Amino acid sequence: MADTVLEVDGLRAGYGPAEILFGVSLRLAKGEVAALMGRNGAGKSTTLKAIMGLLPPRGGRVVFGGREIAGLPAFRIARLGLGYVPEDRRIFTDLTVAENLEVGRRAARGHTAWTPERLFAIFPNLAAMRGRRAAAMSGGEQQMLAIARTLMGNPDAVLLDEPSEGLAPVILELMAEAVLSMKREGIAVLLSEQNFDFAAAVADHAYVIERGEIHYDGTMAALEADPVLRAQHLTL
Amino acid sequence: MSVEFSFLLVQALSGLASASSLFIIASGLTLVFGVTRIVNFAHGSFYMLGAYMAVTIVPWLLQIERSPTLFFLGVLLSAFVVGLLGVAMEILLLRRIYKVPELFQLLATFGVVLMVQDAVLHIWGPLDISGPRAPGLRHGVMILDQRFPAYELFLICAGPLVLGLLWLLMHKTRFGILLRAATRDREMVGALGVNQALLFTGTLFLGAFLAGLGGALQIPRVAASAQMDLSIITEAFVVTVIGGMGSIGGAFLAALLIGQLQAFGVLIFPKITLVLVFLLMALVLVVKPWGLLGRPEAAPPSAMPEGIASPRGFGVLDKILAVLALLLAAMLPLFGDAYAVKVATEVLIFALAAFSLNFLVGNGGIVSFGHAAYFGLGAYASALMVTRLGLPMEPALLAAPLAGGFFAALFGYFIVRLQGIYLAMLTLAFAQIAYAVCFQWVEVTGGDNGIVGVWPSTWAASRSAYHYLVLVAAVLGIFALRHVIYAPFGASLRAARDSSARAEAIGIDVRAHRWLGFTIAGAAAGLAGGLYAFSKGSIDPTLLGIPLSVDFLAMILLGGMQSVMGPVLGAAAFHSIKDIFMPLTDHWRFLLGAAIIALVLIFPRGLGGAYASLRARFARGGAP
Amino acid sequence: MTLLVVENLNKRFGGVVAARNVSFALAAGEMLAMIGPNGAGKSTSFNMVGGQLRPDSGRVVLAGQDITGLPPRAICRLGVGRSFQVAQPFLSVSVLENLQMALIAHAGRTRDMISRADALFRDEALGLLAELGMADAAARPMNTLAYGDVKRVELAIALAGKPRLLLMDEPTAGMAPGERAALMRLVAAIARRSSIGVLFTEHDMDAVFAHADRILVLVRGEIIAAGSPEEVRANPEVQRVYLGTSGLRAALRARAAAHG
Repeated sequence: MADTVLEVDGLRAGYGPAEILFGVSLRLAKGEVAALMGRNGAGKSTTLKAIMGLLPPRGGRVVFGGREIAGLPAFRIARLGLGYVPEDRRIFTDLTVAENLEVGRRAARGHTAWTPERLFAIFPNLAAMRGRRAAAMSGGEQQMLAIARTLMGNPDAVLLDEPSEGLAPVILELMAEAVLSMKREGIAVLLSEQNFDFAAAVADHAYVIERGEIHYDGTMAALEADPVLRAQHLTL
Repeated sequence: MSVEFSFLLVQALSGLASASSLFIIASGLTLVFGVTRIVNFAHGSFYMLGAYMAVTIVPWLLQIERSPTLFFLGVLLSAFVVGLLGVAMEILLLRRIYKVPELFQLLATFGVVLMVQDAVLHIWGPLDISGPRAPGLRHGVMILDQRFPAYELFLICAGPLVLGLLWLLMHKTRFGILLRAATRDREMVGALGVNQALLFTGTLFLGAFLAGLGGALQIPRVAASAQMDLSIITEAFVVTVIGGMGSIGGAFLAALLIGQLQAFGVLIFPKITLVLVFLLMALVLVVKPWGLLGRPEAAPPSAMPEGIASPRGFGVLDKILAVLALLLAAMLPLFGDAYAVKVATEVLIFALAAFSLNFLVGNGGIVSFGHAAYFGLGAYASALMVTRLGLPMEPALLAAPLAGGFFAALFGYFIVRLQGIYLAMLTLAFAQIAYAVCFQWVEVTGGDNGIVGVWPSTWAASRSAYHYLVLVAAVLGIFALRHVIYAPFGASLRAARDSSARAEAIGIDVRAHRWLGFTIAGAAAGLAGGLYAFSKGSIDPTLLGIPLSVDFLAMILLGGMQSVMGPVLGAAAFHSIKDIFMPLTDHWRFLLGAAIIALVLIFPRGLGGAYASLRARFARGGAP
Repeated sequence: MTLLVVENLNKRFGGVVAARNVSFALAAGEMLAMIGPNGAGKSTSFNMVGGQLRPDSGRVVLAGQDITGLPPRAICRLGVGRSFQVAQPFLSVSVLENLQMALIAHAGRTRDMISRADALFRDEALGLLAELGMADAAARPMNTLAYGDVKRVELAIALAGKPRLLLMDEPTAGMAPGERAALMRLVAAIARRSSIGVLFTEHDMDAVFAHADRILVLVRGEIIAAGSPEEVRANPEVQRVYLGTSGLRAALRARAAAHG
């Protein structure tokens, strides 16, 4: 497809002597939501970190918006329009909600810029606590803030690491809606997930990663329709 | 009664005034550490430069008109210029050392201290320069029945004013918000698209500006002098460490505490005010290892990731070289002149001291920034035995390692509880305590003048006889320490350095082993100090000072911290170079500072590393 | 014979409950796996057994002796070896010296300042390496080893203390897929042969189901299931945890329908 936003080819990465990724390949089209599924320790977070430049890739290519980005520092990658929401959220807990959003703010390129007001429409819980210190927020609220903070950078694509982790069912619904609103705004989303239902509710495409290698690459619908395939990759 | 009360009030007010000044300086230091994680020794140099700039700029402005506006404009202008120097330091030096081990960062910024000292002497000359008093604030204000200078009252307000302005900057500007975010999580700030390089440059501007401001504001009270930097930097270290490194509020609190402690400490214990301050720091660190308002580092970064690896025994080439070196040292009195013998004796003494330091740093990963303390305490122990107790040299020399070891055990008990930069700061603090005691306890130590008449027994009185005594003692000391490095105890220290968690998990009591190691190194340094006292005949407090500690660190850096015998080589090279070049140049410190920075940046493995790679190449080339 | 008994361990970090009434027992020669999603409290429970963390309440009893809250080095001396999730060998020395260090520590000779460390326990160290198939690598510097070999050395270091209980935190994490099975086979064989009890956490389900005698499943600090691999695999609660909640999509569809 011509409208590929992000293309990863044979990505290898690890920590110190530990090897985690053994050649991961995937692609993300404009406005598409893709889920990277897999068990704990399969390499989901490592894949997202390596794409974002937070972990230097040891091999393979990462092309974003037609540009090779492997080896660039994270801030350059972010400035090219790739957003990142880490698994543990990494909210600046000393800062207020409004200040956290301010850290993420970057000028929009072409499309309508995100403002705190537009974000509060998606995350109504945040509006009431603009001046509150992030340390005093619940896990779900922090997750929303982490996504909103990244959107303040007006990204074309967002890497979302385990958005559903540790969230209550009510918050999960809000989170799923947030991902779908991003999609409606034309933002491509690559999310890593262990919660199959959450992924199935939001994603068009699915990848299953196991021991640092992609084992399934196809539509979410096909994976959902095939219990055998699912059992093989995702259950115990 | 009322007299006493007004006196106490004035005392408290002057405590507040010095707290204000101290806070302004320390806030910059803590800010820079919070964002860049570098403890900047040169912060004291920025303070000194602020004062020199102000005594240059302010009188020039006051010639136009003696107005308070121009005075404070001059002060701000001076601080601004110093801020720009901070930017230069960030771009030229700090950028290259954000990822090197902490010890190298400390040494490199200390290199800047040395360079700035000579630059200041070159530009402004050796004489102290008094500044003008502030127009409009030259009078005294009557507080009850005591006269109190108006400028001091102004300073009392300046601290909270700076705190308030900093608060506004940190909360109401994008730059400040980014700074606060970066203090918590630098990587995440980068992942949100913020260029850290610019942020760091900005931080250094702000930090240097605050140091410069602190210095410039002092000119009506204190003359600008080339010794301002080291005295203020240790105080600023203490404030930031007590407050919690990276916490501006903590720095304010700590400055208030120390200001009052000094103001009232002078009344109760006039002799030991310096000691009180450092004792407070040691106490705080023991109770709250991360300071009053500081937060624990997630994982304290390792202070010294690289050190002595598997120590190899002497090869044939090494043995030949070692024997040649020993022969040279032994034959020197036969053909060398008295001067050469004196230098050789000193080299041997420093070799023992440097070797004992590397026993800690290279072998144990324990970065001591105050190793001279144990050297100096050994020297004082010997000197006091001879001069005050009238004992001969032999028992006095025996007292030296006992004193060094005793104080190393006492201080080390607290030191080995900490890690990384906090450990290094505590070694520095204890060294300063020891220095302060020797400096202030005039009745016993002779204070600034030190002790004279520390002469060897008659049999060792000649230069060459004493040289042989030192040769035997130093060589025995070095080889004993070397043996311990190869023994299970030395290996255990290396194991604890490589992975403290793994060492604990195989049953090693890491803290107890480090404590023992620290004590042994202190005893060896003490012996070296005792030998030094008798070689000079006199001693003074500089033997415990930071500059000598840094000299020892420079010796092991030059010799190579990774090699067992490197420190000996380093001591010989360093002391010979110093001895040859220092009399030839007025800029010894500048050259030394530049050399330390160059070593850190381009030659971090030192002479020992160069020798090892040469030997490896030789061995490969020679193999069939 | 029961080797390890863990009774009602509790641990909170601020407001987060990392372990709630964690209880289990482990027999000599048994392989017991602890699994669960991220943040389930596996490492917390593990570290409370190994002494790296002190429990808020509860007891850890090793062969009849209460070891709750002892420091790691004391627990080690009572016969507990451990390997870390991220391998932590002594990187600056050789493979052989790593094992010699462990043997010196086991012999209580770490304060010895007279002997030469590299001459001590050479043969024993080489013997351990041979047992793990690493005799060839003895002289190699630790920092030149592939990660799979580093993990094997970690195991050898843990075995050097002649443990009765082995704690292994994600023994195969960071290893290439092929090496994982080999390492787990090795651990299982040594455990059975020497009657060593093994408690391990693991993300690789193949490794868990192939080698564990029993499995504990932790979720949010609580054990939600325990039993043989077959029992755990069939447990619906466990299935739900590993497959996620199923009400979500229905709720989303209902909302979408309501919004038109």
